[in-house]
Amino acid sequence: MLRLALKMLFGDTAKYLMLVVGLFFATFLIVQQASVFCGLMSWTTSTLSNVGAPIFVVEERVEQINETNPLRDTDVARVRSVAGVKWAMPLYSGIQRVRLDDGSYKTVQLLGIDSASLAGSPGRMIEGNIEDLRLPNTVIIDELAVTRLARSPDRPIRVGDRFEINDIEARVVGICDAKRSFTGGPYVWTTYERALQYTPASRKMLSAVIAASADGLTPSQAAVEISQTTGLRAFVNEGFGDNPNDFNTSTIWWYVRNTGIPVSFGTTVIIGLIVGIAISCQTFYAFVLDNIRHLGALKAMGMSNPRLSLILLIQSATVGMIGFGIGLLVCSGFAYIAIQNQQPPFMMPWQIPVAAFGIIQTICFIAALLGIIRLSAYEPAMVFRA
Amino acid sequence: MNEQTGRRVVTVRAVDKHFGTGPTRIHALKNVSLEAFAGEILMLVGPSGCGKTTLLSAIAGTLRVESGEIDVFGKPVHAMRNADLTRFRAAHIGFIFQQFNLIPTIGIAENVAVPLLIRGSRTAEAVDRARAALESVGLGARWRERPLKLSGGEQQRVAIARALVHEPPLVICDEPTAALDARNGEIVLELFRNVARSPDRAVIIVTHDNRIFSYADRIARMDDGEIIEETLQPRTEPPHFIHEHAHAASSA
Repeated sequence: MLRLALKMLFGDTAKYLMLVVGLFFATFLIVQQASVFCGLMSWTTSTLSNVGAPIFVVEERVEQINETNPLRDTDVARVRSVAGVKWAMPLYSGIQRVRLDDGSYKTVQLLGIDSASLAGSPGRMIEGNIEDLRLPNTVIIDELAVTRLARSPDRPIRVGDRFEINDIEARVVGICDAKRSFTGGPYVWTTYERALQYTPASRKMLSAVIAASADGLTPSQAAVEISQTTGLRAFVNEGFGDNPNDFNTSTIWWYVRNTGIPVSFGTTVIIGLIVGIAISCQTFYAFVLDNIRHLGALKAMGMSNPRLSLILLIQSATVGMIGFGIGLLVCSGFAYIAIQNQQPPFMMPWQIPVAAFGIIQTICFIAALLGIIRLSAYEPAMVFRA
Repeated sequence: MNEQTGRRVVTVRAVDKHFGTGPTRIHALKNVSLEAFAGEILMLVGPSGCGKTTLLSAIAGTLRVESGEIDVFGKPVHAMRNADLTRFRAAHIGFIFQQFNLIPTIGIAENVAVPLLIRGSRTAEAVDRARAALESVGLGARWRERPLKLSGGEQQRVAIARALVHEPPLVICDEPTAALDARNGEIVLELFRNVARSPDRAVIIVTHDNRIFSYADRIARMDDGEIIEETLQPRTEPPHFIHEHAHAASSA
């Protein structure tokens, strides 16, 4: 029966291809757009990943990492004074303009970290030594900066090269691996004191205090203690999840609530869904109508409604799996190119293909159901009519 | 063969059937009674719209009647539940349709194997038996081909093989020659005659093609939903060229 169902399906090449194309298109749109959305959202928390501290202490009204309400320098000491804190260091984070040799300007995400401990330094150096950051006028750049701050397409920036940040010299002493920023500018690390020199002066310059919990305490427990003691807002840095006190979670939800990004991507996903449903249901229904006399003949010859329904379900599930498979394969090709070029953002957690598979199979089930309803209403005596 | 020597396989008693409602309501079968016997070809003949196909559908259990009784092989098909009726059709009835209703996207052997698959046979075994059935109608060498590559006569022979592959005791044919030219029609009828020679099998044919009446053992003439005449007729040999062609088809 399985063989019969599949041969009937594959034999009608035009409708079979139409169904597969429709479901491929729907899969591709759903998976690709959802993955780009997740990738974009992950970029919003790049600073948290690149700095890597377990606790971020910020001004009490701050909701997301890219929003800066400066603190007073004395707040570092206040956080250090909390019993549950192992260490606490200052962090500067802000967007600055870099002037290149040819006179052009590029924006960068400047991070200033404590020069003594180097807490918040890059996780993996590709070239150079992190300790060199203590030398005068030195910076460490990420891989993106190598091309983004290049003197020319043929002359990428290298260790030892110089550029200016707000008219002050910066010498590259290292290149590191870092997650790309939401704003698209490369990350540039320097010491906290030098970051203040690179930045136009204002009354309060401290962006955040990064900290770690004392031995025996979890970061969450220490964060609660910091908030209660200092009145500042202390977030943990554990990764997106269901903890509202996690800075990743808070940041991503802020973007979801306050920007049109989810609506934009969501609209495309819904269009994918509608296109998938429209094409698949219409085509599969037409396939059933085209075969209604043959299916009716099977019914007259003694095939039961459940077995006929099974044939339609097998056919729809099969095109669903093939369309989904091709869609996911093409999406993987897109992901490969995106990851190679570091853009557009792309992150595909396992939930996306699983959800997309469920959606596609639901579409196919609806399509099969329409056919089953039509076929159930078809009297076997109809096949005797010319 | 006649009603005195053959076993009674179909009994229709005082059957009524209407279609539609209100002023367009049609009385399709009016108190119809009929019997069919094993070993005979029974033809239901009459003008279009006289109720032949409705009666055939009712006998086949694909159409419910409003009153009266229909027994097929002693089973009351008028009173059976749908699921039981479906199983009954699969086991006891072979169907030959006017438009053949072969599935165009699968090979003819697979088409012929369908009744066996419905009854739960394994695919390989069903296809083997289907090929043997195709041999018997002279299409054994073409078992891989799809229906649309065959002529109308050949498609009807495939439909006959499909109707007989599971050896049903009752074969029901609706206008089997309507889509065929005279020569192919007569070849197909000769095949039916061979089928009906089995003492355990009956063939009921609905037709208004008077060229084939000579193949019937009994003719029930219908008009306006009623059987107006039933005649027994002696079996005659078909024209010489048909006999040769059918013989060649059977032995190919």
